[in-house]
Amino acid sequence: MNRIEAMFAEKAKTGQKAFIPFITAGFPDLPRTERIITLLAENGADLIELGIPFSDPIADGPTIQRASAAALEAGASVARIVGLVRQVRRQTGVPILLFSAYNPLFHRGLARVADEAKQAGADGFLVPDLPPEESAEFDAILRERDMPLIYLVAPTTPPQRREKIARLARGFLYYISLKGVTGERASLPADLESGVAELRRHTALPIAVGFGISRPEHARAVARFADGVVVGSAIVKKIEELRDDPDWEHHLAEFVSSLASAAKASVGVEPDPPRVGCDFRNHA
Amino acid sequence: MEQPQTIAPRQARPDADGHFGEFGGRYVPETLMPALLELEQQYYRFRDDAAFRAELDHLLRTYAGRPTPLYFARRLSERLGRGIRVYLKREDLLHTGAHKINNTLGQGLLARRMGKPRVIAETGAGQHGVATATAAALLGLQCEVFMGEEDMERQALNVFRMQLLGARVVPVHSGSRTLKDATNEAFRDWMARCEDTHYIVGSVVGPHPFPMIVRDFQSVIGIEARAQILEIEKRLPDVLLACVGGGSNSLGLFHPFYEDRTVQFVGVEAAGLGRHTGKHAMSITTGQVGVFHGAREYVLQNDDGQIQIAHSISAGLDYPGVGPEHCFYAASGRARYAAVTDAEALEGVKVLCELEGIIPALESAHAVAHLVLHLRDELPDGAIVIVCLSGRGDKDVYVLKEHLGKM
Repeated sequence: MNRIEAMFAEKAKTGQKAFIPFITAGFPDLPRTERIITLLAENGADLIELGIPFSDPIADGPTIQRASAAALEAGASVARIVGLVRQVRRQTGVPILLFSAYNPLFHRGLARVADEAKQAGADGFLVPDLPPEESAEFDAILRERDMPLIYLVAPTTPPQRREKIARLARGFLYYISLKGVTGERASLPADLESGVAELRRHTALPIAVGFGISRPEHARAVARFADGVVVGSAIVKKIEELRDDPDWEHHLAEFVSSLASAAKASVGVEPDPPRVGCDFRNHA
Repeated sequence: MEQPQTIAPRQARPDADGHFGEFGGRYVPETLMPALLELEQQYYRFRDDAAFRAELDHLLRTYAGRPTPLYFARRLSERLGRGIRVYLKREDLLHTGAHKINNTLGQGLLARRMGKPRVIAETGAGQHGVATATAAALLGLQCEVFMGEEDMERQALNVFRMQLLGARVVPVHSGSRTLKDATNEAFRDWMARCEDTHYIVGSVVGPHPFPMIVRDFQSVIGIEARAQILEIEKRLPDVLLACVGGGSNSLGLFHPFYEDRTVQFVGVEAAGLGRHTGKHAMSITTGQVGVFHGAREYVLQNDDGQIQIAHSISAGLDYPGVGPEHCFYAASGRARYAAVTDAEALEGVKVLCELEGIIPALESAHAVAHLVLHLRDELPDGAIVIVCLSGRGDKDVYVLKEHLGKM
């Protein structure tokens, strides 16, 4: 069993929900990304979506677009990000899901990038522009290496298509909470809970919900009916705001921990206080 | 005469998932997949619908100005010598000044039939934006055009034209603030609003079914040209020649001749400042396969798979990708692709102005330049060549004055 499946299996036993932060790798720069990953792990992250920046991200809103552009400008690349994962694996066992547009992976070579990621200690891939119609090649490559390819289901996805996607899925299913791009929204769509409930009819896998979840109250609300809560743009925006703040670690830890506690509080688990201790080790 | 056919018959390509050989497909976020599947289904329904086709034919004839002439360029032919006969397919004479209107009328009608009251489009120089705004005004559709901030500054007059036609021009601040970023933004908008909105993609690019739809609507160019040359010359041409950015005018000309194996296709890309400067738009001729704007195709990219910015003096060729059907033609050898530089394209403009009294668009001038400067020597005596004159040069007069004004 890979780390992602093991994490969800563990959660299922305790009834707790998974908190899944997304960050853009290389933003504001690679050394800080390394520190951010350990900081997320110390403050309640159960799985980290590590975004590989792309020049033309069509599914992303302004916050992640800006972060991606800045990360590329600062020298982020697939090879360096894989190196970063290798580095960070010495410090934490938190599951890491590489989140990437298809082209950077395709360009590097699908089997090569899968091998490199596996050896570095990454646990799976999520490729937002790779629908099931085009995913067979990469899915087979990842399957051989026991790394799940995470599939997405949108509110617009009709039931027979959900069925098809659910049959291919491993690890967990990612339910996109809203139509449109990533980014913060004032409120969650009214039909979100029913959308997730409908998806459960097609799958026994855990369901994580993402897009637009930016506040602790959103996280708390989503955790009532989902198995995992993904927060992306709100964290990336916080990192952006704190980029010149000498005390950024502390503030980021506080922010992340408030989201993590909210995601986990829905079943009455006592939240941990924020942690910034650099010597903290989270061995899986 | 029989009612002219304006949409090519249904083809074996692309396959059911939009592949032209190894190219094409649908590489898009799941949120867009249902919209693409719906569009495909609706498109098949309407393209086979007699009333839809009659309505489109009527607009193309009475509004856009079809059929366009196939003009024998006598003085240009004489200049080439050796009995070579050059014909120009005069898409430059269409309403709005280029072939773009063939597609926007077709997709505009499709949007209306699908019950979508709002259309969006991306535009670089503004030609496709103007053609979309025109079709939207004609058909009573709400229209928003995404345009890079930098392009808006360079093409202020086209921005005003679109506004005059009732469209809202949305400035795009992200990325390089040019065509590729405007396209990203149009996809983002469509993701959020696909229920009430149709995205009128401007070239034979993007995810399936767009490359097929745009090809079909542009095929009127080749369908007409084929009938016209057979009437005039009583035989098929030897060579078809057209510029390739995304590739819609060239594919519109080539596609209806696909089965005519004696007819050679030559596509001309923009070599910009030169192949070795890195400032060009030679997606096919520098040849790296990638996935861009929803399709597998040749695309300009760096060693890390990040998309590069294209360069050409002609805004319509200034795009880092190229349509998947062209990639298939290139890989299978059905078509050949060459490239000419900015400076050579300007030569092409001068030749056509001086010999034929036609100011061509800079895009189309690439095809003319390739013929005069390179292809001529390869042609057999007495060869018949059709060049797609995709647009007129009015939009380029400022650029032309800047480069040629000191004559």
